[in-house]
This record gives sequence, C-alpha cells and structure tokens, in this order.
Amino acid sequence: MFVLIVGCGRTGSRVARHLIQQEGNEVSVMDRDPEAYARLEVGLERPWSELGGKFTVGAALETEALELAGIEKADAFVASTNGDNTNIVISQIARERYGIDKVVARIMDPARAEFYGGRGLEIICPTSIAAGMLGEALGYPATGTVS
Amino acid sequence: MYLLVIGAGKVGTNLSRELIEQGHEVTLIETSQKRYQAIEPLFEHRIQLGDASELWVLERAGIQRADMVIAVTGDDEDNILICQVAKEKYGVPQIIARVNNPRNKQHFDLLGIAPVVSSTSLILSFIEHGVPQKGLIRLLDLGSEGIEIIEVLVAEDSPVKDRSVQEVELPERTLLISILREGKGFVPESDSVIRGGDRILAVLDPDQEEGLKAAFGTR
Repeated sequence: MFVLIVGCGRTGSRVARHLIQQEGNEVSVMDRDPEAYARLEVGLERPWSELGGKFTVGAALETEALELAGIEKADAFVASTNGDNTNIVISQIARERYGIDKVVARIMDPARAEFYGGRGLEIICPTSIAAGMLGEALGYPATGTVS
Repeated sequence: MYLLVIGAGKVGTNLSRELIEQGHEVTLIETSQKRYQAIEPLFEHRIQLGDASELWVLERAGIQRADMVIAVTGDDEDNILICQVAKEKYGVPQIIARVNNPRNKQHFDLLGIAPVVSSTSLILSFIEHGVPQKGLIRLLDLGSEGIEIIEVLVAEDSPVKDRSVQEVELPERTLLISILREGKGFVPESDSVIRGGDRILAVLDPDQEEGLKAAFGTR
C-alpha cells in the first residue's frame, strides 16, 4: 500500500515509522518544515530513505508539493498537521480531487470532528479519546460521546 | 440583515464599519486578543473574541439566525472551513470568502465555496485589462449564478475580424455586450463590424468559454 502522510509531527512521524516497518508498504511524508525529517529517523535502525521512505517539503495546500509527494498514486492519505482546519481541507482535497478512498484526518476539536465525521470523512479525535480514557482511569467509563 | 464578519484585520474592520453605517446588524469575530483589544473601543458589543472555527464561538455569535457569513481571515483553510460549516451545518443562506493566496482558489472551487474575493487576482485582472496580453480576461465571475463577464481581444488573424456581430457564430448562452475600440466603448448593433485590435465584452455561462475562444480564434 502507498500511504501519504501530511504533517510530520509526533503523530505523523510515529504513524510513518510504524507503517514503513510493515511488509509491502511504501510511505511518503510531507511537512512544511525541512527539520521535521529528523523525527522520522528516531529509533529506526536504518535511515528513512534507505527503508524506501520518501520525504517532501511543502505546505499542505500546495497542489504541486502534494503531487511531488505522490498524492496521485496514493492508496491511503493521512492528515496529521497541527491545524484542524488544514487537516479538514486537505482530506477533502485528497478524497474529492484525487479520489483516494482511504482518507483519515486527525482533528483535535471534538465539535469539528463530529460534524465532519458525519459528512463521511474518517476522523480520529485524540481529545475525545483521551477524555474518555482519563474518565475511565478514574473509574467513570464514558457512556456517550464526550464533546 | 444580520451579518457575521470573521477576521478583524483591515478588510474585516473596514467592511464591518461600512455595513454598520448602512444600517446592518453586524458581529465581528476576532481570534487574536491583541487585535481584539485594539479595536474593541470602536466596535464595542459588535465584536467578539474567539476562534470562529470553533462551532460554539459561531453559535455564541448567533450564526443560526445569520443572513450572511463573510470569512475574511488571513488564512485560507480557516475561510474554507468557516464557510463550509456556515452553509452546511447552520444553513446560512449566503456566504462570501476571501482567498488570500490565489493558488488556493481551486480548493474553494472544489469544495463549492463561492463567491470568493481575491484582491491579488483582482489586481492582476486590472493589470491584464490595462496591458492585454492574454486573449481572454475574466472581469466578473459570478460562479454560483453560472454567469461571467469576460473581455476578449480580437487578434489580427481572428476569424471574426471585419465581420459584423450577427455573422459571428457564438456558442449558446453567450451575448456580446460591448465593443471597446480606441479607448471608447459602445453597445454593438447586429450590423456593427468587428475590427482587429477591438476588445469585446461578453456575458456568458462559464461553460461556454471554450466555445467563445474558438469563435474568436483565441489561443
């Protein structure tokens, strides 16, 4: 599977490292900060590029950068920049312009996560997940969606 | 009308002031505390501090009863999101979005955010109008209404040169509305003859652009 991950922070780089170590995956990562590359190699035995990984510097909305990073042939797309709105917008671009079926976006704000989740985007909301788990750790498991 | 203006930069504040003077009810939303404090004395209860991409901030400002939402922040992703939410979640009848980077216009189009205003594109179109280089210039684009006004230059080798307006085979839903010649414009009659170097204004359905280009031999 060819996966494009936009946003190489703690989350994006971690997903990228996890995926590239699975057999048969090709992983391309994009970030506007060239320094973000260093995060990809933390704890890896061989350099990212030697494992077949790709890294492109570019802003999320730049079509040219996305295409350079391989969006046209991506089977899956992960939006994990530090901006909720950026993630929402690029996920829709990935799905509607490039026709990628598997598009997952990380959205911190539960309200936006709920609205866009209802519009067919696959959303991971770390805030709701953490809130639920914290409540559970205190002995009060969540009964519904925490928003 | 009740209007929400998102982003209290130069565009947002000047626009809000004009709208208030015209008698509209306006709420301006600004996310930067510093900016908010600087202009709060001017707008008083008409400005609220908050990130308008958070739904509760929009709801606090009364988006449910807004007639129009105008997103003019300096961030294109924010403008897209705010307009999308306004239209699709709260059913706001009219939205207007600012495009900061004209290259992002394609994303607004893709996601159905219209109309959009881009000062960069607008200035570029005026420059092109003054110094015509390309054959076809969009003067007014009302995409959501399915209509635009364009200007097309008649080249010396154009098939319409030295022919009358009625002889030009125009595509459907297209009308020639004016001929600009030697610094003056006039509304053409059916027997007006088009000359090389004329600039023609046409109103048309944006889908007919290619057909119009073909009729005028514009590359």
